[in-house]
Amino acid sequence: MIEIKNLHATVDGKEILKGINLTIRPGEVHAIMGPNGSGKSTLSYVLAGREGYEITKGSVEYFGQDLLAMEPEERAGAGVFLAFQYPVEIPGVANTTFLKSALNAIRKQRGEQELDAMQFLKLVREKTKALNMTDEMLKRAVNVGFSGGEKKRNETLQMAVLQPKFAILDETDSGLDIDALKIVAEGVNALRSPERAMLVITHYQRLLDYIVPDYVHVLAHGKIQRSGGKELALELEKNGYAEFGVNEAA
Amino acid sequence: MAATTETVEQVRAVTEQKYKYGFTTDIESDVAPKGLNEDTVRFISAKKEEPEWLLEWRLKAFRAWQQMEEPHHWAKLSYPPIDYQDAHYYAAPKMKARPKSLDEVDPELLKTYEKLGIPLREQEILAGVEGSEGRSPAVAVDAVFDSVSVATTFKAKLEEMGIIFCAISEAVHKCPELVQKYLGSVVPYTDNFYATLNSAVFTDGSFVYIPKGVRCPMELSTYFRINQANTGQFERTLIIADEGSYVSYLEGCTAPKRDENQLHAAVVELVALDDAQIKYSTVQNWYPGNEEGVGGIYNFVTKRGACRGKNSKISWTQVETGSAITWKYPSCILQGDNSVGEFYSVAITNNLQQADTGTKMIHIGKNTRSTIVSKGISAGRAQQTYRGLVKILPKAEGARNHTQCDSLLIGDQCGAHTVPYIESRNRTARIEHEATTAKISEDQLFYCRQRGLSEEDAVSLIVNGFCKEVLKELPMEFAVEAQKLVGISLEGSVG
Amino acid sequence: MATTTTSHGTSPGPSRAPEAAPRGFDPATARPFLEQFDRLKADLPGGSLSWVRDLRDQGRARFAQLGFPTVKNESWRYTNLRALDKLAFQPAVAAETGVRFDVLPTVRAAGTSGPRLVFVDGRFRAELSSTAGLPAGVELLNLADALTHKPDLVGEHLGRLATPDDLPLVALNTAFLADGPVLHVPQGVEVAEPVELVFVSVGSDEHPTSFHPRTLIVAEDNARVVIVEHHVGLGTGATLSNGVGEVFVGANASVHHYKVQREHTNAFHLSHTAAKVGGHGVYDNFILTTGAKLSRNEVRSTFDGEHGDIHVSGAYMVRGDQHVDTSTFIDHAVPCCTSREVYKGVIDDTARAVFQGKILVRPGAQKTDGYQQNRALLLSETAEIDAKPELEIYADDVKCSHGATAGELDDQQLFYLRARGIDKEAARGLLIGAFLAEALDEIPEEGVREAFQAYVSAWQNAR
Repeated sequence: MIEIKNLHATVDGKEILKGINLTIRPGEVHAIMGPNGSGKSTLSYVLAGREGYEITKGSVEYFGQDLLAMEPEERAGAGVFLAFQYPVEIPGVANTTFLKSALNAIRKQRGEQELDAMQFLKLVREKTKALNMTDEMLKRAVNVGFSGGEKKRNETLQMAVLQPKFAILDETDSGLDIDALKIVAEGVNALRSPERAMLVITHYQRLLDYIVPDYVHVLAHGKIQRSGGKELALELEKNGYAEFGVNEAA
Repeated sequence: MAATTETVEQVRAVTEQKYKYGFTTDIESDVAPKGLNEDTVRFISAKKEEPEWLLEWRLKAFRAWQQMEEPHHWAKLSYPPIDYQDAHYYAAPKMKARPKSLDEVDPELLKTYEKLGIPLREQEILAGVEGSEGRSPAVAVDAVFDSVSVATTFKAKLEEMGIIFCAISEAVHKCPELVQKYLGSVVPYTDNFYATLNSAVFTDGSFVYIPKGVRCPMELSTYFRINQANTGQFERTLIIADEGSYVSYLEGCTAPKRDENQLHAAVVELVALDDAQIKYSTVQNWYPGNEEGVGGIYNFVTKRGACRGKNSKISWTQVETGSAITWKYPSCILQGDNSVGEFYSVAITNNLQQADTGTKMIHIGKNTRSTIVSKGISAGRAQQTYRGLVKILPKAEGARNHTQCDSLLIGDQCGAHTVPYIESRNRTARIEHEATTAKISEDQLFYCRQRGLSEEDAVSLIVNGFCKEVLKELPMEFAVEAQKLVGISLEGSVG
Repeated sequence: MATTTTSHGTSPGPSRAPEAAPRGFDPATARPFLEQFDRLKADLPGGSLSWVRDLRDQGRARFAQLGFPTVKNESWRYTNLRALDKLAFQPAVAAETGVRFDVLPTVRAAGTSGPRLVFVDGRFRAELSSTAGLPAGVELLNLADALTHKPDLVGEHLGRLATPDDLPLVALNTAFLADGPVLHVPQGVEVAEPVELVFVSVGSDEHPTSFHPRTLIVAEDNARVVIVEHHVGLGTGATLSNGVGEVFVGANASVHHYKVQREHTNAFHLSHTAAKVGGHGVYDNFILTTGAKLSRNEVRSTFDGEHGDIHVSGAYMVRGDQHVDTSTFIDHAVPCCTSREVYKGVIDDTARAVFQGKILVRPGAQKTDGYQQNRALLLSETAEIDAKPELEIYADDVKCSHGATAGELDDQQLFYLRARGIDKEAARGLLIGAFLAEALDEIPEEGVREAFQAYVSAWQNAR
């Protein structure tokens, strides 16, 4: 589904990604773990197409297409979804309005009929219930005044509504207490399917107790240093990232 | 080859959508000769069969105007000198007499309003909107075409309640005592260059009188259309809300695309007596000129409301997206104790548009309150200024004002300026003013695009959010149209 | 606006150029000053230097064209100078007065001394001044001496920042330019001791007296200096102090420029300061005003290099029929600079305060951060505040905001204090003090802040 080859990226002339290789097939859940500053968020932004990152080398093929040549909204239309580490606040734009515009924009790109207000509301209500979200949250402006947990639930809701093919979860566990984490993880797990792949980016093993990955990769110094099964995460939890030349003494 | 054809097609589609009201109506018109002198004033007055006092009033205004200087020195606007002799001051579609019903109105005119989306046939309106969740279904429309009012709908129904809604030229004959009492009582004929010019040559406009204790059951609306080339439009609107009454009034404007600039200098006067409320909403979409700044309407407008009575309220809401130049400051004179003034404004300037707009809140009475919310969006090479005055006079015990002015810049070639004047002469008054200027955040844009929205849709969405506080003040009938307009006005401003 | 209260633009924006005879000026008011100038000019210091003569003549010519501004002038709409025309001001003559060294104001601890220049009615008084304690290379002297003995020291800078253009008071000052402080801090030198500049207005009992002090401050690259200006009055006759200051802040230099104006209530205090700040430079200006019948402080600062920092703030307390005008203009002419303004004022009796603050962000000045706040507290039925905070922005990647408030003391706060047993007047005093303290907090120099705080307390105690 997605094939990342020798990906190098720089920010303001500084090389952050120094040759990433990663192949993800439909149905798989991959976790990328790594210390702060290892390039985890950069990788997610580069895949989603955020400006300000210069790709100096390498390629990303997505369903046979050159992902890096696509506009952010084209990627979204093609099923790439990024759950933001810090979801952005948009004052004055109601959550429902935002979600409906996004869903219909994506449906349009896919050549599907746009949903009318009634159909949309029905769909969203179903999804919100599952995530333990209130109607009131839907009426509020996008992420404005949301708590950390509410923001992450909101990201999960968007994912549930937009039904991506390839979801990137960037530090979804940050800022969540254990109850909120469980709710979000349940929401994510409900979306696991043989057609959908996920890339879970996290610093801590904790999240992977709830979203159990098929593969774990360790990212440090802009490169994948080691890959393995879910047991690798446990090992990292015990030994830290010292093995990869990173000292994270707090 | 295919690619180029496609591009051309796309460009054409976009450009056409940008100003979809740019067509002209081919209709035979009665036009005054070009030029402006006392005879022009007499000509207009005679056309309207006006009483002597009104002609005298016009002539006084004209003489005052001749002594006045065009105010070029303070507004942040630049444009070549206007040749006031090189325009027609009266243009009217040829009609035998004032039509008694819509059936007598020229079908070409009806077609024009249909094309503009303005319903003039009462049955259609009722059929189309009735039943939508028990809302007051109808909008009564006064349609002003160039210099004259061509039709007013729902007149009979309104008359049953004692509401007078008609062309001002008609009101002069129908209820002269009201017109004579209030005309010029809020904006005197000596007020300012453009208002004085209007006083001399105004041709038509709407008149509204809501009797004591009456709540007007439907939105009243005037739709202004400039059609004739080389004509100035000088309409005059007068709304009087008698004690305890309420009215919501909507105003919309469009004009054909033309390469030369056209002058629109209107005057609107509102009078609210004890416990009365007037809500005045404008969606101004005059032709703004093309991408290179050629053509477009010069919109020099004086709008002022007087809260004469205690507990009265006047609320201005405006969405200004059109015109090459906008110069307008809808204001409130808060004379009655406990009276309330509001100004909610969205102004969007793109390409080479210029706008200098804002409000004045003059607090005279005790416990008077005012709220100002201004959202300015500047894109392309446009220049926009918020200019506002909050004045608290010594007797205005307990007066309150809150002002919020936010500007959004799109692109590095445009300008956004804020010039508030705050004058307080009463210590018990509390005034708060806040202003911010910023651009659309990259984070917001990326977030929206990651969710699948195109850059233009993302901008439109974010800007609509930015304007939300103001747009929610618009009556339902206008809100949807206004939201679309926000998106269309900014087309081509990003990317 | 759409009414008869129109105003007339002399806005310093990029769109307007000064005209020959702009509206909003009254050339007739220039005459008495011109006659005095023509009588005096031969005796003014530096008269042998052609560039000095040219400078004065240019000032004279422009003032002759303009005269004093009227309220029709947009930047003078709230401050009326008509009173100046009615008082027949005579130029100050250097006279012996009873000014003694030990009574002069200072921010220094008692018993200590440091560099200080004293001017009485605009003229330097060597016997009251001292340059002790300055690092080597720093020049601190008076303009008359500089013009006579070290013209090269001032020739490069004098009149380069404060140009007459549409500023008649600068023109008038430039015509009469004769004396005032000159401070030159060479590259890399940090002056540890604050430099105090004391201006004493004495005037005359016989006739109103005018003088035009001229200040020149040059801090070269990487220099640092703290300057404290004191303006006080000793006599009872009407005086007009029409000062102009030019402040050059080099790259990575920092100039902390504080001023306290406590002139007597027959004084007219007009002051114009123009500053230019180099890359990574800091200009920090604070003005405390309690004195004068009518005062206006105009501070215009421009960024001349990226990553500069301009900080202009102040506090004022006025009563009786005092009039205080603060007009600031910050020109973000280059990208990546930060400006901050905080002004707070207390207005009592029939006094009137004016605040006009403009931030201009020129095309291309991206990453500008501009902040401005001004708050006024009205203490009496008849006090008045007029404020005009203004943003003029021609670049998009900027963060600019301003806030303005006007009102009286908060009822709830007052009640809370009284409920805790504090009497009404004491509670009011406490709240007023707290209100002003917020402005004083803008002064990073502790010694100066404390001294200014003492002036605030003294004003409150005298209420």
